[in-house]
Amino acid sequence: MVRFVIDGRSVEAEKGWTVLETARHYGIEIPTLCYMEGLTPYSSCRLCIVEIIRGGRSRLSASCSYPVQEGIEVRTNSEKVRRARKVIIELLLASCPNSRTLQCLASKYGVTKIRFRPEDRGCILCGLCVRMCKEQMQAGAIGFANRGTQREVAMPFHSRSEECRECGACLYVCPVCELPCPGPLRPGQLCNSCLDTVQIEAFPSKD
Amino acid sequence: MVRIETPAALEELRKNLADERRRYERVLILCGGTGCRAQGCNAVYEETRKVFEELGIQDRVALRYTGCHGFCEMGPIMIVKPQDIFYTRVKVGEVRDLITKTLLDGEIVREKLYVDPRSGDACLTMSEVPFYKKQVRLLLGMNESVDPKNIDDYIAIGGYSALSKALFRMEPEQIIEEVRRAGLRGRGGAGFPTAEKWAATRRARSRDGIKYVLCNADEGDPGAYMDRSLLEGNPQLVLEGMIIGAYAIGACEGYVYVRHEYPLAVENLYTAIEQAREMGFLGKDIMGSGFDFDVHVSIGGGAFVCGESTALMASIEGRLGEPRVKHIHTAERGLYDRPTNLNNVETWANVPVIINMGAEEYAKLGTERSKGTKIFSLVGKIRNTGLVEVPMGISLREIIFDIGGGMPNGKRFKAVQTGGPSGGCIPEQLLDTPVDFDSLYDVGSMMGSGGMIVMDEGTCMVDIARFFVDFLCGESCGKCVPCREGLKQMLYILDDITGGQGSPEQLEILQELAEVMRDTSLCGLGQTAANPVLSTLRYFGEEYREHILERKCRAGVCKALVSYSIDQDKCTGCMRCKKACPVGAISGEKKKPHHVIGEKCEKCGICLEVCEFQAVVRK
Amino acid sequence: MEQKAPELAAVEKYGGRRSCLIQILHETQREYHYLPEKALRNISKAMGIPMTDLYGVATFFKAFSLEPKGKHTITCCMGTACHVRNSQGVLDELRRCLGIEPGQTTDDMMFSLETVNCVGACALGPVVIIDGEYLGEVTPARAKKIVQRLMEGEGKD
Repeated sequence: MVRFVIDGRSVEAEKGWTVLETARHYGIEIPTLCYMEGLTPYSSCRLCIVEIIRGGRSRLSASCSYPVQEGIEVRTNSEKVRRARKVIIELLLASCPNSRTLQCLASKYGVTKIRFRPEDRGCILCGLCVRMCKEQMQAGAIGFANRGTQREVAMPFHSRSEECRECGACLYVCPVCELPCPGPLRPGQLCNSCLDTVQIEAFPSKD
Repeated sequence: MVRIETPAALEELRKNLADERRRYERVLILCGGTGCRAQGCNAVYEETRKVFEELGIQDRVALRYTGCHGFCEMGPIMIVKPQDIFYTRVKVGEVRDLITKTLLDGEIVREKLYVDPRSGDACLTMSEVPFYKKQVRLLLGMNESVDPKNIDDYIAIGGYSALSKALFRMEPEQIIEEVRRAGLRGRGGAGFPTAEKWAATRRARSRDGIKYVLCNADEGDPGAYMDRSLLEGNPQLVLEGMIIGAYAIGACEGYVYVRHEYPLAVENLYTAIEQAREMGFLGKDIMGSGFDFDVHVSIGGGAFVCGESTALMASIEGRLGEPRVKHIHTAERGLYDRPTNLNNVETWANVPVIINMGAEEYAKLGTERSKGTKIFSLVGKIRNTGLVEVPMGISLREIIFDIGGGMPNGKRFKAVQTGGPSGGCIPEQLLDTPVDFDSLYDVGSMMGSGGMIVMDEGTCMVDIARFFVDFLCGESCGKCVPCREGLKQMLYILDDITGGQGSPEQLEILQELAEVMRDTSLCGLGQTAANPVLSTLRYFGEEYREHILERKCRAGVCKALVSYSIDQDKCTGCMRCKKACPVGAISGEKKKPHHVIGEKCEKCGICLEVCEFQAVVRK
Repeated sequence: MEQKAPELAAVEKYGGRRSCLIQILHETQREYHYLPEKALRNISKAMGIPMTDLYGVATFFKAFSLEPKGKHTITCCMGTACHVRNSQGVLDELRRCLGIEPGQTTDDMMFSLETVNCVGACALGPVVIIDGEYLGEVTPARAKKIVQRLMEGEGKD
């Protein structure tokens, strides 16, 4: 067993577990978008970042792929984490302004304004669909194409590939292709309508 | 070619080759690096060969077509040994005259010598040229003696003697210890201690015993080309370093990952590997030592991010060049999940030098924590552009003003950018900063692979920040949110500021965004992507504020903030600007002062470029 | 006897090794001047690489084009050293003269305009490469002349 500390609490984990798995095991919530049990962690959304203090040095790391280590201290909700997480949610919202999942995350983590230029692309490139298609459905019909700010999820030559069985698993796992959030009006606006109803208290803001 | 099977055989071959070379009275050396090639040295070489044959001097004078000599500004370069006469900017038409006068009549053609612009004196030999005076050319200096396509040249100057020493007179741990005592730090940018990396890879357990050593020749930093010149000019040196490293680490296979944008380097590398194999420096039972090791070439597809270790390895495996999290180091699980050691070209090139010189002697060069020399490409708004190799610890001022000769056209120095897109811009008040890994980091930049881009008052620092962000938008792999989306939003903000639409709040947003990108991005590219923005905000915040508050670009670069007009007193009505203007935005008749039609003008600046009377004004 | 498709010859030359995939794509592109869909499908089959992976690699690297390229390729270096010496102005002029954006090809398939992020000829910046030949210290006015000369050579004005 590996022993370490999460948010001031001593925890034990099996060797090979990740920090995220351990946290969830103990009922400590860490938000994620590109993580799903049963799929290889991809660490691309960076929403699950936590502060990890090791050998006296602190740094932010993605908890979904960070293997547990004896004696580390993990902070899931420190000032540093909260600040970074808010900017990441803000960035994601700029690329998918009407996603209900993102709007809810914004409310939950106290994002009350978007300072970035909104640009609705209907995809946050979390890669859940790509991994689902390949790893669970054994199809590999979709993949990433291009790079940088031009990156997209696509089928080769943008035509339906033979491998696609139209199983719909990609749609099932997509965090942004659901019905839009009923709240906001224009891209770039925040709904925040559930701001009062979610239990922000569940995430104590002490450092 | 003979196969070398013992250290003694190598030594004997070296003696023979050196003797053979001494038979020539003179040597005529032509630089054939990419810089000189772009200036026509291939034709100069062909002409030289023709003249040699016509004069029948090929048995008395050796002709060597070599790699880069560094002083690209002055290419094509011709050196005549043993006097070391240094001719610059040699044109095809001048070759015959130069050869007959210098080699037959024993005269020196003074017009083709380099003239020091400060003293006005002609420099007879290479060592007299100010550009070379403060340099210590430990690695680059070999380029002049070696035809990169001829392994014999390399052996003649002692090539592969370090390998011989390492294989037969040193234990692997001893080699690592020697590199540790020499204080060698990675020349690729971050300055990680090389010996630590080697030791970690040596210690790591491989499930089937296979370990790899890789050479990173994916020199993606725009403005840096020292690795290209080493690989092009002296590929055997890099290979020898890799073989020694492989022996120290216990690796059996290696890859050189080289940019496809460097066709000459690829060509010379293939030739070098083939020759090294034939002579038994690569392959089974190297030099009869029982050690097996071979090197493959892997070619890039044009992606800056592939300089990142995990992306580079993914690319060699034939996958997307996308970095992965490195909670487990590549020294334990790298290429094909085996322990892998990656060093860059210049780091590998230093290895044979260290083994030959000995750690003590090598460590005398440089500073307490940064040993040896570093090659920089000194480019941009500077008089002497080219490659310079200097001992670490030399100041930026010495490099830029003593070696580089300062700014051309009487312009004023503004900043020097080091470290490529991960680095920063260093202002004038910090010019006395010593050039070493730690000092550059302390002033908000980094060593990087060695690009040193000099900027003068005609460079806009906000535009430079925008340039790097734009570069990275296209070069980021696009995997993680802070890097991909953060860069994009940064570009929007910088577009606003350079476009005259910025607001003061945007400076705060830039700062916050930059910090989050640094703290949360997945790989080194994203973590350092904001450095050009952070460093320009830190040292040139004034220019940002001018763009935002006064809608002014003091360098006259940001098109939205400048306008062109014609000085009516100076304009002679020569029609040059009117003819050159691509959008017909200049009016006026012959011999009468012209005017710029404001609404048509696209601010390309061609009128300013073609006007011979300084009548075009940019404000 | 039927001639082997160039992409399959390249696969064979490198023993079908996946570590040589980029080289194989380079050689294929050298033959066709781009990567045709058919060639990529052939490579996918011959090497057993899923088409999605191959498409991902081919679109990830800047060196590869899935669109046919023009007879002449004009490449403008946009590295830092060239940038501080006004390569942006040179590129703007090339765009204007050719009437296309970087990455595009003229309708008559004569010219393709490309940018590259440094060719390591920094001492000579700004650098423009015409069909592999390096031209140094190019200014916007010179860029215009270069294109005009190329067009004249092709019998256009």
